[in-house]
Amino acid sequence: MVSIRPGPVTVGGVALDNHLLLAAGILGTTASSLSRVLLSGAGGVVTKSIGPHPKDGHAGPCLVVLEKGILNAMGLPNPSKEFVDEITSLAKKPVIVSIFGSNPDEFALVGSWFAGKVAGIELNLSCPHAEGYGSAIGTDPALVEACTRAVSKSGIATWVKLTPNVTDITAIGKAAERGGARAIVAINTIKAMRISTGMKCPVLGNRYGGLSGSAVFPIAVRCVYELYETCKIPIIGCGGVATADNVVEMMMAGASAVEIGSAVYHDVKVFETIQADLYRKDGLTPEEIIGCAHG
Amino acid sequence: MVDQLPQTVSILRVKKETPLIRTYVMDRSFVFSPGQFVMVWIPGTDEIPMALSSEKTITVQKAGDATNTLFSFGPGDKLGVRGPFGNGFTKGEKVLAIAGGVGAAPLLPLAREDCVMTLLLGARTEAELLFVDQLDECTDVLIATDDGSLGVEGYVTALMDELNLGAYDRISVCGPEMMMRAVLTRVEEKGIAHKTEFSLHRYMKCGVGICGSCCIDPSGLRVCRDGPVFPGDLLLKSEFGHYMRDASGRKKDI
Repeated sequence: MVSIRPGPVTVGGVALDNHLLLAAGILGTTASSLSRVLLSGAGGVVTKSIGPHPKDGHAGPCLVVLEKGILNAMGLPNPSKEFVDEITSLAKKPVIVSIFGSNPDEFALVGSWFAGKVAGIELNLSCPHAEGYGSAIGTDPALVEACTRAVSKSGIATWVKLTPNVTDITAIGKAAERGGARAIVAINTIKAMRISTGMKCPVLGNRYGGLSGSAVFPIAVRCVYELYETCKIPIIGCGGVATADNVVEMMMAGASAVEIGSAVYHDVKVFETIQADLYRKDGLTPEEIIGCAHG
Repeated sequence: MVDQLPQTVSILRVKKETPLIRTYVMDRSFVFSPGQFVMVWIPGTDEIPMALSSEKTITVQKAGDATNTLFSFGPGDKLGVRGPFGNGFTKGEKVLAIAGGVGAAPLLPLAREDCVMTLLLGARTEAELLFVDQLDECTDVLIATDDGSLGVEGYVTALMDELNLGAYDRISVCGPEMMMRAVLTRVEEKGIAHKTEFSLHRYMKCGVGICGSCCIDPSGLRVCRDGPVFPGDLLLKSEFGHYMRDASGRKKDI
């Protein structure tokens, strides 16, 4: 297996402890759970998405575990501004706050709460199951550019997480780049549904949800590969990464770092596990690996 | 691994246990350890965690929208069930079980495993005591009610003072959080917090340890996956008895 030489990692204006980040929406509601993930070997953590108002999220069921993936529709539950106090204990740590809003002004407002208090901000322009938010905005290049600029103009390192539920993800990636994004995160979940045959209705309370986990890994690799061909800013690969070899594959497609979420289901210490497999003193440098699959 | 979609079950019978607590008998059995829970999908309303009171029953206290809807359900109505999830109580040879209100639900199957020497059962009134007869059949039950309508007047902690706690190898507790915190304070004073276990109730969404809604401070442990049963010594310096979080993740006092 290809391994990586350990060393300092800086991606999209954020200094990380290694190439492995916790993805948004996973164990990201409290400072103590984020801290637990950092202690277990994550190089950085992305928080639960925070919005302009507190939200309870969708009625359940909110999540079902499938053979090769996870289907969820949480509905962006979040404590809103109270989260600023929640994460004060994590100042100086590689914490990226995920934020969402329904227009550029709301993105600017929520982003301003965290300016100077966290390492970076990731814009959730990609949640596939919250009306008026997420991919409702993230499929429109002009809105993506405007929302990105609304946050990036403050100078904070701004990452933009993209939805794969579009015909051409590179058009959205380029819009984020024009808006001043320092990195692109790809991908969020893929819009999906399961139906309970016993109940004769969709399983999720919100009916529609987003699919993550191993099932989406090939789609994520394809998206990262396409974005690497068209965008200049770094890409953070996300979607079904579960092993050190998956990390290497994402990096070969063009990712400078990866985010890991669903794999936490099988192993809450997945960061420790992958780190042990991924890094070797005689490994390749990241520069030798990132994008090397492009001819 | 296979798809873990909710299993559709039909309600066979509903038993009124107390004015606010009912037991639902399902047409399907679940292999479980006492203390484990299931996520119960009440169609059109919500999905909420509930303790299994036996391999085919859940015992539920009316407490909100989801349970209000469930209380309108009867034989033939369908529920979706995911699980069982969580860790359950550690088995001991000489267990003291302490139950308050609907907290007797997960302790009944533990008592039926013949390891509970004594069970302290508390509720506000005689009418609200849960599973008195069933527990009497399998263990030695001591009762306390807030109004003294049956047993000792006061809280279950008062009953603890009459026992030689050193005679038990485990103490398993489930009930309202203030009652559990009072028990924890009592066992800490006696230096036996490490022998105790408490079943926690927190707002849950996923039930499988991913979303983080139910993580407790300061350990970051997940009530749904690392719990819901936690050792008392781990809870001493924690949010337990002080606050929990609502669906949005905001703290609220207990």
